[in-house]
Amino acid sequence: MRFLLVEDNLSLAAAVEDRLRMDGHVVDHAPDISVADDYAATADYDLILLDIMLPDGDGRDFLKAHRNRQGTTPVIVLTARSEVSDRVGVLDLGADDYITKPFDFSELEARCRAVLRRHGGGSSNQKRFGSVVFDPMAGTLNIGEKTVSLRNKELRLLEIFINAPDRIFSKSKLVDRLFSYEEDVSENAIEVYVGRLRKHLAGSDVEITTVRGLGYRMSLA
Amino acid sequence: MSRGLPTSGSIRRRLTLQLVGSAAFLASLLFVIVLSFTRDVSQQTHDSILAASATSIMDSVSVRSGEVSVDIPYAALSMLGNVSNDRVFYRIAQDDSVLTGYADLPLPDGAPPRGQPRFDTLHYKGDSIRMVTLARRVSLNGQVSDVVISVAQTREGQAAQLAELTRNALQLGLGFFMIAAFLAIWAAQSSIRPLAELAEAVSRRGPKDLRPVRRPVPSEMIPLVTSLNRFIERLRVSLSRSEDFIAEAAHRVRTPLATVRTQAEITLRRVERDENRASLREMIRAIDESSRAAGQLLDHAMVTFRTDSLLREEVDLGALSRELLNRLRPIAELKDIALHSDLPQTPPLSGDPILIQNAVRNLLDNAIKYAPSESDIQVILRKEGAELRLSIIDEAGGFPSGDTNALTARFARGANAEGTIGSGLGLTIAREVVEAHGGRLTIAPSQATSGPPAASPRREGSCVSLCFPMS
Repeated sequence: MRFLLVEDNLSLAAAVEDRLRMDGHVVDHAPDISVADDYAATADYDLILLDIMLPDGDGRDFLKAHRNRQGTTPVIVLTARSEVSDRVGVLDLGADDYITKPFDFSELEARCRAVLRRHGGGSSNQKRFGSVVFDPMAGTLNIGEKTVSLRNKELRLLEIFINAPDRIFSKSKLVDRLFSYEEDVSENAIEVYVGRLRKHLAGSDVEITTVRGLGYRMSLA
Repeated sequence: MSRGLPTSGSIRRRLTLQLVGSAAFLASLLFVIVLSFTRDVSQQTHDSILAASATSIMDSVSVRSGEVSVDIPYAALSMLGNVSNDRVFYRIAQDDSVLTGYADLPLPDGAPPRGQPRFDTLHYKGDSIRMVTLARRVSLNGQVSDVVISVAQTREGQAAQLAELTRNALQLGLGFFMIAAFLAIWAAQSSIRPLAELAEAVSRRGPKDLRPVRRPVPSEMIPLVTSLNRFIERLRVSLSRSEDFIAEAAHRVRTPLATVRTQAEITLRRVERDENRASLREMIRAIDESSRAAGQLLDHAMVTFRTDSLLREEVDLGALSRELLNRLRPIAELKDIALHSDLPQTPPLSGDPILIQNAVRNLLDNAIKYAPSESDIQVILRKEGAELRLSIIDEAGGFPSGDTNALTARFARGANAEGTIGSGLGLTIAREVVEAHGGRLTIAPSQATSGPPAASPRREGSCVSLCFPMS
């Protein structure tokens, strides 16, 4: 996906860019409103991540201008304020959602997914691997005629595997990416989800194999 | 608002008392003047009739063959009878000897007047009498002699007349007093009314309304309203400055925290060694904890501030909960927690929507934080009698049995909160909000409910309810 990140704090912007690129997204970074206006006018984005306090104005002004020029790209506001005081302001001005700094990337991902689902985007984001067609937005898996609805953790696990086929992921790495940091889960919890995915993938040419002592890998049979 | 404020009397009472007091004084003065005037008039009338009677007797005094002779005219005494039925006494004396009449009628002290009638109030036979005395000098056989005529009348009729006059004067005074007092109270009320209206207009304002007072006021109140407006302006500036400060401080603190958190997540993806990964996870948890604690402390400060003077608006609890559920759904989905809701249309509450939203959000946050993956959370709204009950039922294993007070105390956390990030202010905030609205928060172990069928077998949990009284 293609993101426009409007954030004046350069180290945060760099970190967020890195983090998004890790998941294979394309990110343009605008440090202030005027650059953001230029970017938004020249390129199509799937999502705009917008900070509120910017050096040359308030992010809400950008939001207003964006909606006034019929920009349809969904906007998620990154706010540092308490939810109550800002909530009304940004949502009324046309933001699709907001997230409070510091944010959990899985929460940001979940919010992006929800916003994009609401906007009807997503079919372009379908991923194909062997005979499996995976739609991360809709959370569905198609194998031939069969359509399976995935739970959130199954979906995210499949996404991890499908973005890096043939790569071995250790159990602990998968735990880090699947569970929030506040949950204390044993590495064996991953087995449950891998087991479920295997069941969903049955009948396709895609399999998840256990690499003894190292972890799991998804590959074509 | 005047609770505990020392008062230095009431302007209205003081004004009323002063005006009513003046009215009473003027009414008494009127009474005294009218009474003494009418009494004088009545006395003068009576005296002039007595004088006329005595004069007409004196006119009939003649000296005949060296002797004083008196032929009392009938009219002289009957004219007195016309005035009242009082008894009439008279005495006609020549020098020191009584010629005719009541010899024991008392004589006024001092020399008898000459030419002029003299009036006295005396006692005779146990009654008060009014007496006129006339003297005339006659020449008798070449000698000078004084003829003294006294005519007296008891004063019963006059006393009765006087009582009547007093009663009239009293009625007049009382009537005057009542009208004046009524006008005084009305004047006090109407002169104090702009002050009362201003006070009401100011106290009716919501907690956020810091506009200057613009309503027209009497010129005497301009200094008061001017200083009030100046004060409101100072308050507004200082409030908005502190709001800006909080926003700025939050921005300055939270942005670097976000950087650290994001870098930590990236590093966590890259490093392989388990010890390093464990410490990175600890780092992220610490960041989340401080951010959540800061958020809840700010929430709590805001709740304390807003419950001080509670805003009263119509709040649709169902719509508010639905909006919050939509907002929290992506977070719940991360743990594959299903949010079920049963939010029928209910009558609106009267309260502060931001506070109520904050309370419900904190409870939902808690429920999602503490619930295990792939569990159900149900949000049920019910109208029960004169109450609206919003229940949040989770499958988080339930709170330890204990009283609600201990759980909702500041920074208290349930035993199952081990290892979960939270500052323990969520329940406190919810309880303070619901109690500020005259309701209560209850915590009970959850039982089978009429909610939608759960996707997984029911697990033990708790049911936290907010009960709001309906307006």
